Amino acid sequence: MRKLDYAGAIREATAQEMERDPRVFVYGIGVPTWSSIFGTTKGLPEKFGKERCFDTPISEDAMTGFGLGAAIRGLRPIHIHIRVDFMILATNQLINMVSNYTYSTGGKLKVPLVVRAVIGRGWGQGAQHSKSLFSNFTHIPGLKVIAPTTPSDMKGMLTAAIRDDNPVICFEHRWLYWAEEDVPEEPYEIPLGVGRILRPGKDVTIVGLSWMNVEARLAADILAKRGVSVEIVDPRTLAPLDEDLIVESVKRTGRCIIADCDWVDSGFSAELSARINEKCFGRLKAPVKRIGFAHTPAPTVRELENEFYPNARTVVHAVEDMLGLEAANLDGEDFFSHERRFRGPF
Amino acid sequence: MKDEAIYRRLFRTALLIRLVEERIIDLYPSDKIQSPVHLSIGQEAVAVGVCDGLKPDDLVFATYRSHGFYIAKGGSLDAMFAELYGRKGGVSGGKAGSMHLAAPEVGLMGSSAVVASTIPHAVGAGLSFKRRGASQIAVAVFGDGATEEGVYHESLNFAALMKVPVLFLCEDNGLAVHSHRPARQSYRLTGHAASFGIATRRVEEGWDVLAIRRATLDAAARVRAGEPFVLEIATSRYKEHVGVGEDFHFNYRTSDGVDAWKRRDPLIVDTKLAAALRPEIDREIEAAVAFAEASPAPGRAELLTDVI
Ligand SMILES: Cc1ncc(C[n+]2csc(CCOP(=O)(O)OP(=O)(O)O)c2C)c(N)n1
Ligand SMILES: [Mg+2]
Repeated sequence: MRKLDYAGAIREATAQEMERDPRVFVYGIGVPTWSSIFGTTKGLPEKFGKERCFDTPISEDAMTGFGLGAAIRGLRPIHIHIRVDFMILATNQLINMVSNYTYSTGGKLKVPLVVRAVIGRGWGQGAQHSKSLFSNFTHIPGLKVIAPTTPSDMKGMLTAAIRDDNPVICFEHRWLYWAEEDVPEEPYEIPLGVGRILRPGKDVTIVGLSWMNVEARLAADILAKRGVSVEIVDPRTLAPLDEDLIVESVKRTGRCIIADCDWVDSGFSAELSARINEKCFGRLKAPVKRIGFAHTPAPTVRELENEFYPNARTVVHAVEDMLGLEAANLDGEDFFSHERRFRGPF
Repeated sequence: MKDEAIYRRLFRTALLIRLVEERIIDLYPSDKIQSPVHLSIGQEAVAVGVCDGLKPDDLVFATYRSHGFYIAKGGSLDAMFAELYGRKGGVSGGKAGSMHLAAPEVGLMGSSAVVASTIPHAVGAGLSFKRRGASQIAVAVFGDGATEEGVYHESLNFAALMKVPVLFLCEDNGLAVHSHRPARQSYRLTGHAASFGIATRRVEEGWDVLAIRRATLDAAARVRAGEPFVLEIATSRYKEHVGVGEDFHFNYRTSDGVDAWKRRDPLIVDTKLAAALRPEIDREIEAAVAFAEASPAPGRAELLTDVI
């Protein structure tokens, strides 16, 4: 097998599905242009032509409704937003139309639409370029929501999403684009709705979302040196959720920390926490703990970004807290910083 | 005042904007400004000519590309550099940065990095003037690309219906990131606005501060009398969409268009006046940079302030 990065996994899954199925097409603001959505659509216009890979006016709302219209007439659109913050302009179509189209046609019409939304922090991106908004969409019946963390998961899950007859929203954290690992060359599907244990452990379960799995892994390495064994569970699909996998893990460890890259209040972590409490109540040795953004719009300046975003340090301290350990001095540890691009493997 | 004196005043402000942004370019590799910047180099005359054609208490609602409007409206240079640096002395305490410059104290009411999202704010502000019988006007500043959003059309319609004193100002640099206008639009802006019964004007000489000032004075007079107006000004973005470099090597445009514009750009052509004004402007900018350097960074104590 060869190594492929996360952006390459997206590109490869898209190209292979476009090759396999002439109904698949890709569109969105900037999609065929030089920047090619962080390289994820590079080469597609040359290979498949302008009819199947095209730019749009800055009209997210209409372009989403357009996708729906194409999808119910047999095409399989992939609509891309370079920031989830811009997808908000499309929420009427997504939440009022796309999500309940099948329902309101008595199951006669399906909407095989994939919407890719880039999330995550950059470098002083500030309040309008750094949201995640998972729970805004997992809240809505009729939408599938995925947030793959690893390149191989991304390839298999995006392939499954494109082949799925239902609308799927795919969240991609932009710091993950450089992550690399072995990824099979041939097309394959990873079924939606199936989570994954990224790292087995026995003392505490960390349910990580998207980028926070990278931070959780760093934290787990640090904690391992002190004899603490951390299990990391990546739901991968947020809706429908692989609840059994999470519940089984928490029952085994008796402790759970949810590490989200989103706001805590009414965030997806609240949903996870509620379900864990419902299903694991008697087995919990400590209350479920949640980690996420501070409850403020994202600041632009680095000093406040460092306070705003949770990271491996936050995770380590949360685990220490839960296990009643003394806070370790983490000065010598190697933490991620965006200047050093994250490179896998996981 | 004679045109010559006005020209000198406007030229000075335009040069200030250019030199501020060139200073940003110098500073950028040092990572002292750790956030995206959308430079207006090439487009300064629009901000300067328009703001000079307004009254000081007229209000401007702008975009992520608004260093020029901030300065032309009279925003503090010290507070601007401190904001770009993310320091407590910044105009928004260092939390907003370049993409969200706002200085309501001088009438720059806000700027947004979500395309077209401030356009309706100007309509609302315009309505507030009308309610109070004030003679102020509101200006919505947006790029050519922003007119592709539904909210632009909806705002025009409502402003026309309600006879709101709002000036819709389109900075037409022909580009939305790497996409050219003809690939994105099947309408002409002025013809489209006219179908709402809105008066319009397009200025081709977007390098000419005096022409822009005159067009703004005329448009603003009509707006003050109680009707919206669409003013479209052709301009040229010399630098890349975001960041401090050039972008001709991305191969989506050649340098020809920009070069032609530069040959008419007074900030480049009028070397005598530029040289005469430069020393004082340089000192002003250095003082602002020094202010930013000396201003402390916000910390945990500021994380949750000003949220609600
Ligand atoms: C709603 C929304 N969609 C997409 C973007 C990404 N984007 C940022 S600037 C831009 C181009 C805007 O072009 P224009 O309005 O002409 O302004 P200019 O940058 O040329 O000044 C785009 C598409 C965004 N910021 N907001
Ligand atoms: Mg433009």
